[in-house]
Amino acid sequence: MTTDSRAIVVASPQRRRFAATLAQRIASFIITLAVTFVGLTAVTFFISRLTKIDPVLAVVGDKATKSAYDAAFRALGLDQPLYVQYLIYLRRLLSGDFGVSVLTSRPVLDDLLRVFPATFELSTIAIIIGVAIGVPAGVIAAARKGRWIDHVIRIVGLFGYSVPVFWLGLVGLFIFYGRLGWVAGTGRLDVFYIDVVTQRTGIILLDAALDGNWDVFTNAFSHLILPASLLGYFSLAYIARMTRSFMIDQLGHEYVTAARIKGNSFWRTVWRHAFPNILVPLITVIGLSYASLLEGAVLTETVFAWPGLGNYITHALFNSDMNAVLGGTVLVGAVFITINLICDLLYKLVDPRLRAR
Amino acid sequence: MTDTLSSWLTTDAPASRRQAVLGNLYRGGTAILRNPTALVGLIIVALLLLAAVFAPLLSTYSPIAQDLPNRLAPPSPAHWFGTDELGRDILARTLFGARVTLTIVALVSIVVAPIGLAVGTVAGYAGGWVDAVLMRITDVFLAFPRLVLALAFAAALGPGIENAVIAISLTAWPAYARIARSETLAIAQSDFIQAAVLQGASTWRILFRHIVPLCLSSVIVRLTLDMAGIILTAAGLGFLGLGAQPPTAEWGAMVSSGRDVILDQWWVATIPGLAIFIVSLGFNLLGDGLRDVFDPKSA
Amino acid sequence: MSASLLTIEDLNVSFPGRSGITHAVRNASFTLGRERLGIVGESGSGKSTTGRALLGLVPRPGIVTAQTMTYAGRNLLACSEREWQELRGRRMSMVMQDPKYSLNPVQTVGHQISETCYLHLRTSREDARRRTIAMLEAVQIRDPELVSQLYPHQLSGGMGQRVMIAMMLIAEPDLLIADEPTSALDVTVQNEVLRILDALVRERGMGLIFISHNLTVVSSFCDRVLIMYGGRIVEECAARDLNNARHPYTRALVAATPSLDVPRAELATVVRDPAWLQ
Repeated sequence: MTTDSRAIVVASPQRRRFAATLAQRIASFIITLAVTFVGLTAVTFFISRLTKIDPVLAVVGDKATKSAYDAAFRALGLDQPLYVQYLIYLRRLLSGDFGVSVLTSRPVLDDLLRVFPATFELSTIAIIIGVAIGVPAGVIAAARKGRWIDHVIRIVGLFGYSVPVFWLGLVGLFIFYGRLGWVAGTGRLDVFYIDVVTQRTGIILLDAALDGNWDVFTNAFSHLILPASLLGYFSLAYIARMTRSFMIDQLGHEYVTAARIKGNSFWRTVWRHAFPNILVPLITVIGLSYASLLEGAVLTETVFAWPGLGNYITHALFNSDMNAVLGGTVLVGAVFITINLICDLLYKLVDPRLRAR
Repeated sequence: MTDTLSSWLTTDAPASRRQAVLGNLYRGGTAILRNPTALVGLIIVALLLLAAVFAPLLSTYSPIAQDLPNRLAPPSPAHWFGTDELGRDILARTLFGARVTLTIVALVSIVVAPIGLAVGTVAGYAGGWVDAVLMRITDVFLAFPRLVLALAFAAALGPGIENAVIAISLTAWPAYARIARSETLAIAQSDFIQAAVLQGASTWRILFRHIVPLCLSSVIVRLTLDMAGIILTAAGLGFLGLGAQPPTAEWGAMVSSGRDVILDQWWVATIPGLAIFIVSLGFNLLGDGLRDVFDPKSA
Repeated sequence: MSASLLTIEDLNVSFPGRSGITHAVRNASFTLGRERLGIVGESGSGKSTTGRALLGLVPRPGIVTAQTMTYAGRNLLACSEREWQELRGRRMSMVMQDPKYSLNPVQTVGHQISETCYLHLRTSREDARRRTIAMLEAVQIRDPELVSQLYPHQLSGGMGQRVMIAMMLIAEPDLLIADEPTSALDVTVQNEVLRILDALVRERGMGLIFISHNLTVVSSFCDRVLIMYGGRIVEECAARDLNNARHPYTRALVAATPSLDVPRAELATVVRDPAWLQ
């Protein structure tokens, strides 16, 4: 008496239940996303009201007459109750109106779009470094747990989340630029290379490659390598730690022993049997790391005078350009939140309890 | 005499509440001392405390006394760590900077732990819509970028330690709410809680005297692990000029002022940065050790 | 009974730990031909560790020493890791307890079975597939093509264990170690799986080591039985002679087995004598 194989395949009522839970979770995700955006904008709105700078004066100047002041006051909606003001603010944000930068006299959104590619370039190279080194390091540390390579990797990782990024950047500049001359200094390009290649993507490496201008490419690269490595180091510290933790967990499972019993070598078992089981949580970890790189970029860009989003925000900060600061905060916050929540959702979606019968 | 004391502390059948509590502390303490990484972390944190408390005694110069003819002097027997761009002794400033760091860490902890515990235990114990609403709020704050939000706050409120503390606390408390909630969920169904309910204990009493003490160890472990991150964020704010204001010595700000002279007078920026690094490392090691001792399943 | 496949003399497995050394297996000696040997013991008796030691898979920091450990003429003590890899799966193999955990959750069942072919038999993909299907039929799975595309979590316990058996026997080893193969299964399914195991072992003339805590199952399935307690082998006898066992632990075990034929008001328990640990 054998069970009919067809009967044990996931039965349709179970499929329907899975689909329902899936829909439930996506709906929950969208709600959380919306609520979080509202929360973020509420906070930035609140912050904008905290500032001691009078927004009306910023528009009409401090020599305006009282009637001009009152007119501007009403035009800005400042006579409305607070929640109405917030809704106005929200509507403006959603239509792309982030206000005008006091410093550049241009719409903040334009400024943000102008500086974003630089940060994107930096973070993306950094995450590539983080993954390329961090994942194998974590796997090896877990497979060789307790031996010297594990200790080395753990220590390198430990330094990664104990060291202040701005300080390490300075020290790096001092050693690799000041003393050794291996890399270029601050900024994205040497002065005479700026605006030489046609701006297509805003990502200088790409633009230079597309133009075939290898001088600019090399120069851009030598400017990029130090800050990207710095951020990459922080990324790989986190990724290696999480990978190690996931792998240690997997390597304790029975199926790993079963793979060895079949005749698999140790490393084949580690990479072909255990590693595929951590891919999903690993991807969410990488996503989270990428999100935090955007934050880390703020300090790194300041140290390296990298003309990206972080530098823009701090520059605006020093010049009390509240519109720019808050606009940048909303953008960084929105990207950060979205990546975080997507990772959260991904993780919940592949919860093994969902996959089990 | 010490034999009887240690056997009194480690007995399996404590006769009084005090004996049980002291026994637990003793056991935890010895476990930490036996763990080498935790020990190193503990030593570093202890040094931080000593430096902060005894700063006036340990430094021969005042941290704010300027000595312009002697500015940017390299390390020497007179000034062990050299002087900064205004001729102030860097060793003294580093020691006094420990006070600022400690203040920020203490203030953030005092704000964040109670709020997190309160929100988390109430959410976990009450369940239902209270839980759902509180957790939504927690999730919203959890998804905010810490540094950038702190920047925005500081931009609006102006620089200063209090604002830095507020800004950091705003994004730090959700993690503790989550921890407290998951611990509460695990404990709430236990028999001894049910027994207390049957005895007529009010909800507040149960929460405060029964549930919160049990959540404390996880919260403390997490707090210690987070301290490193808090110190780094605070230093980052200081670096941007948003923390303690001059002439107060603050490590992040010191690194910033050393930035312009990094190529020639490296010590001005390097020493305070090293201090941040070592203290952060210490808290990480201590936190790892505490976690191994109190919460091995999450290691 | 054919010549000895496996000869073990004075096997010792110890685990150094923070609070001293744990001796999991002490001075175990036995031989195995193409017959069925049962190893019975409670948790901690060392039976599973013995099984792992035979495959060279005792986890770190375990230390394995023995006077003799030969399998089919090869000295297992002198084997390099490469030689072990050639032996495992191909000459000797193990079926583990719970297919929920011992099958890789992210690989299809068919792929996991075929892998043994790739590792040892150097077959083409087509050939491996055919062998996999044939093996699935041999363990009495209907619709083997369909099942080979499934993932482990889609299988019932009995099917999973049959897949495990297929996976471990496809390369035709001479020795199979079954470590609690039916302990995670429902009673009704247990018999099915045992029957399949029985047929396969008999057809191929394999040696079988059946590790279990269930004396009844072992005594009906095996030719000879070893009783382990505290890391030592305390008794060795033919399965049918269990009622005449000499060691008090064995006698207590036999006495503690409930029987429908002889209903008793109180079930006997095993009263342990510390002398047995010597």
